Amino acid sequence: MHVPILKQGDYLIASVQSILSDEDLLQLRDDLAAKVGKFRSRAVIIDVTVMDVIDSFATRTLRAIAHMLKLRGAETVIVGIQPEVAFAMVQLGLTLEGVGTALDLEEGLAFLSTHSKRSIKHGK
Amino acid sequence: MENESRVPISSNIDIVTARQHGRKLALELGFEGAEVTLIAAAISEVARNIMDHAKRGEIILANVRNGNKQGIQIIAQDEGPGIPNIPQAMQYGYSSRKGLGVGLPGAKWLMDEFFIVSHIGKGTTVTMRKWLH
Repeated sequence: MHVPILKQGDYLIASVQSILSDEDLLQLRDDLAAKVGKFRSRAVIIDVTVMDVIDSFATRTLRAIAHMLKLRGAETVIVGIQPEVAFAMVQLGLTLEGVGTALDLEEGLAFLSTHSKRSIKHGK
Repeated sequence: MENESRVPISSNIDIVTARQHGRKLALELGFEGAEVTLIAAAISEVARNIMDHAKRGEIILANVRNGNKQGIQIIAQDEGPGIPNIPQAMQYGYSSRKGLGVGLPGAKWLMDEFFIVSHIGKGTTVTMRKWLH
């Protein structure tokens, strides 16, 4: 199912609404890469609260999305990974290394606002 | 076997279907919370393995009993090329083609029992079980 992407100021918010197939995830990757350019977004929040499982393919794709958007100049924060899903990911040895994560949408927005302030201060 | 359900795997969307059927059966059998998700994740990985290597196959979900123990059994079978070197395929991080090389060893970690039988040119059958505690 198609993932809606909302523009909120400098940010894009992609909220996953239902369980995603592999194609849906790849579509999300392509949509985000295009929209970050179109709206000159500086950060992207991907809300995965409804994802029942984040398996090896989903992990690899989320990581690829974050790294790709980084190359396009935008930070990515994955929010809403459920405790059982996190547990299964750890058991599978899957990590989202190098990708920002936050508890939920609210924490994700807070993460981005401190992150972007710090980036400006340190000139990073 | 009671409650047996078969999910043909021939496209990526079938991976999602297989894992939803597995989740439903696990809940019916009395598995809870995190365990249901672990079972769904294991199904996802073995179904993905079918897609990546054999293109088509089948996931067979059933309840299983051993004395007083009750659990779920998941069989993933395909008629693909077979796995030439099973110990190597079960090494974490080893991938013959695509993927993270996490699938089969990862699924093994998520379940209580895990067996692979593979014949070159004939196919692979993965059988895994998780028991209710």
